[in-house]
Amino acid sequence: MPFIPHTPDDVAGMLAAIGAGSIDALFDEIPAALAVAGLPAIGPGLSEPEVSRLMLERAELDGRPLCFIGAGAYEHHIPAAVWQIATRGEFYSAYTPYQAEASQGTLQLIYEYQSMMASLTGLAFSNASMYDGATAFAEACLMAVRANSRSRSRRVLTTRALSPAYRAVARALLAGQGIELVELPLENGCSSLAALAPLAGTDFAALAIQQPGFLGSPEAVDELTDWAHTQGMLVIGVCNPLLLALLAPPGEWGTAGADIACGEGQPLGIPLSSGGPYFGFLTCRKALVRQMPGRIVGRTVDVDGRPGFTLTLQAREQHIRRSRATSNICTNQGLMVTAATIFMTLLGAEGLRRVAAQCHANTRALVTALTRLPGISLAFDTFCHEAVLRFDRPVAPLLEALAAGGILGGYDLADEYPDLGHALLVCATEMRSAADIDRYAQALGGILQGTTAGRGRRSRS
Amino acid sequence: MSGEPLIFEHSRPGRRAPSHAPGACADPVGLPAGLLRTTPPLLPEVTELQAVRHYTRLSQLNFSIDTHFYPLGSCTMKYNPRAANSLAMLPGFLARHPLAPAGNGQGVLACLYELQEMLKAVTGMQGVSLTPMAGAQGEFAGVAMIRAYHAERGDLARRVIIVPDAAHGTNPATATMCGFEVREVPTDPQGDIDLEALRQAVGPDVAGIMLTNPSTLGVFERRITEVAAIVHAAGGLLYYDGANLNAILGRALPATMGFDVVHINLHKTFSTPHGGGGPGAGIVAVGERLEPYLPVPIVGERAGRFVWLTGQDRPRSIGRLSAFMGNTGILLRAYVYMRMLGAEGMRRVSGYAALNANYLMAKLGQAGFEVAYPQRRASHEFIVSLKGIARDTGVTAMDFAKALLDRGFHAPTTYFPLLVPECLLIEPTETESREVLDAFVAALVAIRDQARSDAAAVKAAPLTTPVRRLDDVRAARDLDLAWRGHGMPANGA
Repeated sequence: MPFIPHTPDDVAGMLAAIGAGSIDALFDEIPAALAVAGLPAIGPGLSEPEVSRLMLERAELDGRPLCFIGAGAYEHHIPAAVWQIATRGEFYSAYTPYQAEASQGTLQLIYEYQSMMASLTGLAFSNASMYDGATAFAEACLMAVRANSRSRSRRVLTTRALSPAYRAVARALLAGQGIELVELPLENGCSSLAALAPLAGTDFAALAIQQPGFLGSPEAVDELTDWAHTQGMLVIGVCNPLLLALLAPPGEWGTAGADIACGEGQPLGIPLSSGGPYFGFLTCRKALVRQMPGRIVGRTVDVDGRPGFTLTLQAREQHIRRSRATSNICTNQGLMVTAATIFMTLLGAEGLRRVAAQCHANTRALVTALTRLPGISLAFDTFCHEAVLRFDRPVAPLLEALAAGGILGGYDLADEYPDLGHALLVCATEMRSAADIDRYAQALGGILQGTTAGRGRRSRS
Repeated sequence: MSGEPLIFEHSRPGRRAPSHAPGACADPVGLPAGLLRTTPPLLPEVTELQAVRHYTRLSQLNFSIDTHFYPLGSCTMKYNPRAANSLAMLPGFLARHPLAPAGNGQGVLACLYELQEMLKAVTGMQGVSLTPMAGAQGEFAGVAMIRAYHAERGDLARRVIIVPDAAHGTNPATATMCGFEVREVPTDPQGDIDLEALRQAVGPDVAGIMLTNPSTLGVFERRITEVAAIVHAAGGLLYYDGANLNAILGRALPATMGFDVVHINLHKTFSTPHGGGGPGAGIVAVGERLEPYLPVPIVGERAGRFVWLTGQDRPRSIGRLSAFMGNTGILLRAYVYMRMLGAEGMRRVSGYAALNANYLMAKLGQAGFEVAYPQRRASHEFIVSLKGIARDTGVTAMDFAKALLDRGFHAPTTYFPLLVPECLLIEPTETESREVLDAFVAALVAIRDQARSDAAAVKAAPLTTPVRRLDDVRAARDLDLAWRGHGMPANGA
């Protein structure tokens, strides 16, 4: 019996102590009309070797294509120590640190994480994490609507330069509370500054911008932040935390800095894993901390005066405040935060900066190699670590042909940005070598010439 | 024991773990200087050994399932099989980009598709979406679907969600997130919903009811069919909070009870790790009425290939709840666990969870503890009230919790549900042995004996943990949420 320790003697003795005739008798309060005899649609159990074989086959099924997709999730080197430590049972199988004295490891780690995220984003306080970047963004919008004492507006001004997926998630999560997103148009891959003037005097709770924008180009964050503040809006900065080793942090944007920062934590040591689990980060200036959703760890002292850590400001949370809580969030992404904290520790500021700079250099090399091919041009001149390429023909068939040759060529923008024409978002992280980039350029060149890619079905697996 | 310093205190300028980053790299080309960072972030400067040693030491300051009995009521702290972790972390699964085409994901999609099918079987429901990333997000999805259902029928007057007074705090918080008002209904002395109060509470303004069954009081809601009839007759829908599904796995189906939508915490019933507070997974399952509104993406099958169904395929969906596809790696762990259990194993889960809970309840009752609902069967958990002991000795449920830590047991859930004074909500789970349960009973008896002879000693607990009781008031008053070393932002006011 997998994972159940009872011997027949145990069962007999325990039933006797209860005064029940059988295990099934323990369910006698379930009305007979509701009782089922079993789950016929579910097959027999598998042993560990059997399930291992099944999963190994499935994990190998898709090969290991060479990936040039970014678009919100990025392949980076993860030091071996990160997940070896994070999956120690003491981290892996603990629960939320409600019993602080029995959870100092998790609590201190979260405090260190909060410190690192505060410093990376240039803001005072961080929470203990949200589910992912998109939900962190939605919660940041909610937080801004609650916190902006100068505005009664339930509208947030955002931009088409911000991740379409984040905007979609925010719409789904905010609709029930009647909060609306309004979008700035694009101009040269960024939020249009020309579109600001007509909006002056319109009441919005906040301006939400992403640095760099979803299309890879840096936003004019200083101008946008200052304009929003003159309009009485709060400013939400969505960031890639890895690039924050290189780019000015939200807390330093414009004259006063952004008020809230959030984003996807995945680049900090979290595997791509088909989309999750990742974690969202959320930081804010000091005055907004009581509007922050989610768990927060504080340092205090115990009865003997020793420093220790505990969950704090819990009066914001659902288990205390119920229908008046700042959010319904309970469980967050603790294990991912554990990994990210170890990752940031091993990389340090200089390591993160080097990874970010290498990603930029590799993407630049990729852009150079691909724009040598006929019919491909760079859409927007300035980019951070991903860039938009324009094609003279639809991108989808090219991506399909590349995939058949074991290359994932980028993210097709046709559905979400049809106004950009035939456009592809590409990314080469520090994991891509010069040879990888060359292979991509060769394969795409071959496809464009009408020959088949790589000449084999799959050049590596 | 002495505390472990902060990682920042191990840091020395110029110290590095250089093998993890590329060599020195030129600054980026073409980015405006004004957009670049001028002061580096304050991250530690340590070697790999220092990092490994520090975080290993921190791990050792935790209680966990792997090291301690962890009978935290309503959290289902059962053993997390190591195979589920190893197999979900196979390199092929970890390396796959979320935006890779479905053609490059048939392995993972096959697992997710079969997981959807298995979850239909354990709930009796017709449709499943795996994307919600925690129980609270599953609740959100469920209530948002109820909202979409009424809205599409033009039934816009339904602005209220009914929640029993014993519910998890996430239930009312979720109703608010979805734009509803909350109306509470009381529990009767037997632990069932007060049906008369429910009849009074329903009406044309009620969108639905959120229920946990077995309830947070640790008992099965015996008149659930009547509850469903009352709510349905008034035009409302029924939401099943699956927090306690472990108690009835393979014994009863939420669909048959009359529920329209279910969320399941995979990190409870299906043994994915709690991870120090997540990641979880709060999948939703629905009956026919709500099927069109399921959040996307969903895994579908076309001509023998697995595909993602998105908003384009499912235009009435409540939308997308995560940037990509929920907590996929957690879903894989649940899949492995469910395949290992099989149909028989699932029924054994609820059987032995009930055996352990009822045994523990019987032993504690025999030892003189006040069980909240002694005339009822325990589900997979039960409540002990320490009201009498607290009155006689001044030793509270909180003191018992701390004293248990000194005896090597994680504390049960305390002070929840709010209905029962000085309560411990105890959930042993099926993976604990009789010896552990007996030792736990002995520990509680010893603490009670000490409470009677030397209450101050119990109130001084814990003594053996890395820290003793913490000053929560100071923590909230003098906020110290980040290390204020050199270079930390002053961004205050």
